[in-house]
Amino acid sequence: MADKESLDNLAKHKKEWEEKILNKVLDKGHERYEKFLTGSNIEVDRMYTELDIQELDYLRDLGFPGDYPYTRGIYPTMYRGRLWTMRQYAGFGTAEESNKRYKFLLSQGQTGLSVAFDLPTQMGYDSGHPLSRGEVGKVGVAIDSLKDMEILFEGIPLDKVSTSMTINAPAAILLAMYISLGEKQGISPDQLSGTIQNDILKEYVARGTYIFPPEPSMRLITNIFEFCSIHMPKWNTISISGYHIREAGATAIQEVAFTLSDGIAYVEAALKAGLAIDDFAPRLSFFFNAHNDLFEEVAKFRAARRLWAKIMKQRFKAQNPKSMMLRFHTQTAGSTLTAQQPDNNIVRVAIQALASVLGGTQSLHTNSRDEALALPAEDSVRIALRTQQIIAYESGVTETIDPLAGSYYIEYLTNTIEQKAQEYIEKIDKLGGAPKAIEKGFMQQEIQNSAYEYQMAVESGRRIVVGVNKFHVEEEPVKGLLRVNPAVGKLQEARIKELKASRDNLAVEAALKELTDCAKTEKNLMPVIIKCVKAYCTLGEICNVLRDVFGEYKASMNI
Amino acid sequence: MTDAKPIRVLIAKPGLDGHDRGAKVVARALRDSGMEVIYTGLRQTPEQIVETAIQEDVQVIGLSILSGAHNFLFPKVMELLNKKNVQDILVIAGGVIPDEDIPLLKEVGIREIFTPGTPTSDIVNFIKNNVKNNVDDEN
Amino acid sequence: MDIIQGVLNGDTRSIAKLITLIEERSPKANEILKQLFRFTGNAITIGITGPPGAGKSSIINQLAKKFRNKNKKVGIIAIDPTSPFTGGTLLGDRIRMQDLTLDEGIYIRSMGSRGKLGGLSQASYDAVKVLDAAGMDYIIIETVGVGQSEVDIIRLADIVVLVLVPGMGDDVQAIKAGVMEIGDIFVVNKSDIDGSDRLVNEIRMNLELNPKKSSFKPPVIKTVATTGEGIETLDETINQVYHELSINGIISDRRKQHAQQELQELIKDFYLKKINSSFPAEIIAYTEKILKKEIDPYSAANAILEKEE
Repeated sequence: MADKESLDNLAKHKKEWEEKILNKVLDKGHERYEKFLTGSNIEVDRMYTELDIQELDYLRDLGFPGDYPYTRGIYPTMYRGRLWTMRQYAGFGTAEESNKRYKFLLSQGQTGLSVAFDLPTQMGYDSGHPLSRGEVGKVGVAIDSLKDMEILFEGIPLDKVSTSMTINAPAAILLAMYISLGEKQGISPDQLSGTIQNDILKEYVARGTYIFPPEPSMRLITNIFEFCSIHMPKWNTISISGYHIREAGATAIQEVAFTLSDGIAYVEAALKAGLAIDDFAPRLSFFFNAHNDLFEEVAKFRAARRLWAKIMKQRFKAQNPKSMMLRFHTQTAGSTLTAQQPDNNIVRVAIQALASVLGGTQSLHTNSRDEALALPAEDSVRIALRTQQIIAYESGVTETIDPLAGSYYIEYLTNTIEQKAQEYIEKIDKLGGAPKAIEKGFMQQEIQNSAYEYQMAVESGRRIVVGVNKFHVEEEPVKGLLRVNPAVGKLQEARIKELKASRDNLAVEAALKELTDCAKTEKNLMPVIIKCVKAYCTLGEICNVLRDVFGEYKASMNI
Repeated sequence: MTDAKPIRVLIAKPGLDGHDRGAKVVARALRDSGMEVIYTGLRQTPEQIVETAIQEDVQVIGLSILSGAHNFLFPKVMELLNKKNVQDILVIAGGVIPDEDIPLLKEVGIREIFTPGTPTSDIVNFIKNNVKNNVDDEN
Repeated sequence: MDIIQGVLNGDTRSIAKLITLIEERSPKANEILKQLFRFTGNAITIGITGPPGAGKSSIINQLAKKFRNKNKKVGIIAIDPTSPFTGGTLLGDRIRMQDLTLDEGIYIRSMGSRGKLGGLSQASYDAVKVLDAAGMDYIIIETVGVGQSEVDIIRLADIVVLVLVPGMGDDVQAIKAGVMEIGDIFVVNKSDIDGSDRLVNEIRMNLELNPKKSSFKPPVIKTVATTGEGIETLDETINQVYHELSINGIISDRRKQHAQQELQELIKDFYLKKINSSFPAEIIAYTEKILKKEIDPYSAANAILEKEE
């Protein structure tokens, strides 16, 4: 903190500058807008000085990398030690096709896998279910049973890669499959590293792939926390996700606030289930979005890190520093990609990726230019990965830690985002916590209002989207988009049929019966789910048992 | 005084994807332009959509899909409407739909496809210009 | 198909088209309603009202399934307020009733309140008649309890179910006087959350303090609509209450009142229309005079009516 005398002096000189120099220019012509706003509608001043961050105390508010409150990063050496994990989300069609794509990505220098599942898998339906029609293999790979997982990871030793799986409502089942697959490869669960998304609250808020009501869903999650704290020390048990909240239209502030509120709810649920904070908190991880407003995004990541550290230390009395570190994955913003002039998206993705690296991300997915049109084709995925590699190896931004720290603007934005997010969190606490606030539709409503405001700002021309509402050209349709073979559905159905004919159906029935019984008790479900998976019960069969016991969730109207 | 005969629109999300940002923004824009908008939530089967449209006697159905299942689900909706002999509903659609799929979808009877980046005012105008408000002349 | 025959046969499209004609105040609708009128009066009409977020649609979803188990046909009308500024409405009640869409014994219609501020429009009364003539055994009308509509509902329904949930502010205290008095059955939904027993007690105490319906004491039921808990009891209670109110003549009194009110409303509408079309110039002239304080509105109204006579 600067002393009062020098601040007063600065204020005096600033005033003089305004009167003698600035006002003359302002008199001659207006600035482009009366008010300047960040992407999230924070008002931006003409320039920032020390006057705007008078309260900032370096040691208290920023500290050093790898030390509380982790504003500058969670590791003492950051990218000087190890670069972030380049992890492209991929998966489509059958397990065979996706296996091929994974091997391609690994051969191109990717360092971790990220599995995209198709919607039937995410919703707990087998490929043959009537609701699966037209959806099998479309947005990810179709997994109906352990058989498919065996094919998906054929030739990929699980102790050599870390695998992230975007799976939520049926996360326990896919985790059970991964564990069983590891055992078949001779690798014990404690050797496996990776992440399951497992964040059901944001499904209710923004992403929509929920199955069960909140209470049993939270139980499944805490069951996983408990199981992994004993058997899988290298596994991230949850990826608390702001990504989809932002995609649904939230501002950067709302993204931080709602994500951390969800995080608080998971911590509280685990504590209520009898777990000790430092047993599970080090394995919590986060997942954020990266938008175009470069400085705001960098500030957002820093603010989130500082706020989470404070919450864990002050509110939950965590002792282990690892419990206070907000580790996060970033994906660039799908919602900013345009179908018009798709090559422009390469530039957007580069700016967004840069923001996440300047913000200290632990892993990164860069979107491909053609994603507003279809699933990415292979050459588009390569450019996206190359974008990360150029930032990592050519830009120089990795050579020092948190290079934007101390910028008046960045610190001002970091403070503002933290403070406004904190206000939201207090409001949600008053509503009874995240699950209650979601039930009342509070977060959904806030997000939808932001989405609508944004849309209206674009339509009025107040916000420019290059190639969409300005700099428009007539275009030829894009060629060479990725097509998922429409026969995947039939293929998967045939495979299930074959499986059901060849497996030990008595063992299947016994396992499912045991699952029904266990679901009705308060016992941890993981061991019996693993048993079901090993007996080659299908994902749909397992989810149907749980649907019968737990019921299904229906969203209400919030517009 | 407001319009005594608001246009009735069904906004429906067939398929399994949960991304309803676009559907909801459009629903709200249509409401704010004076229409009665029925929103049925996520994961509707084509059968449910067609039956809802008939029960609600809507003049317009707006379908939204982002998962890539449009080539299967949109024609299915049109097929069911034809089977039930419903000819008087304007069907439009939106979502992540490649240009090269559009001719086929128009051929089965989807009147217009709105891809990402379309201003909501275009959708409002398209509906207002293409709905025949002539219930009294029917039957 | 002839629309009248269609409705009488329970044909979905005919019902739907006729309700549209009614909503658009087509003269054709009146002609059809005249012919359908003698086929009405057989359905039991149930009004379900309560504050937003109380779970009314979920309850209806579950209740309709119970009625269907007994092979009864069910018509549902869900009414939401129309924006007085744009005339637009978002009708989202079906979201929680989508299980019912493909059941051929169920018809659901979402209606905006249109024109009528807060209350129920004539169109909703007529839509009930259409469903009645179409052979529905039960007709459920859902309204949101935020304005006049929840009190209006007693002018339309045989019995009224008031749905409340714990934790909505000061509970019963917050509910306007008059609303508590219209409930024949009280449902405390989401009764698995804290405060439900307290709410049940508050309702019972409140009912004690308002001994309006001397012989009949409205039952209070707890439900969890999302799981279906308590819906069986609600179904039984509706039938018991309907039976009891029929025996002591309350239902027929209500129907008599409904008929009388409707007649009076129609006369009023009819008369106003007639005056509007006979004396448009006078109405404008007198309005000007009222603004200039040259005449008071009471005398102005009298003056116009005297011309008519």
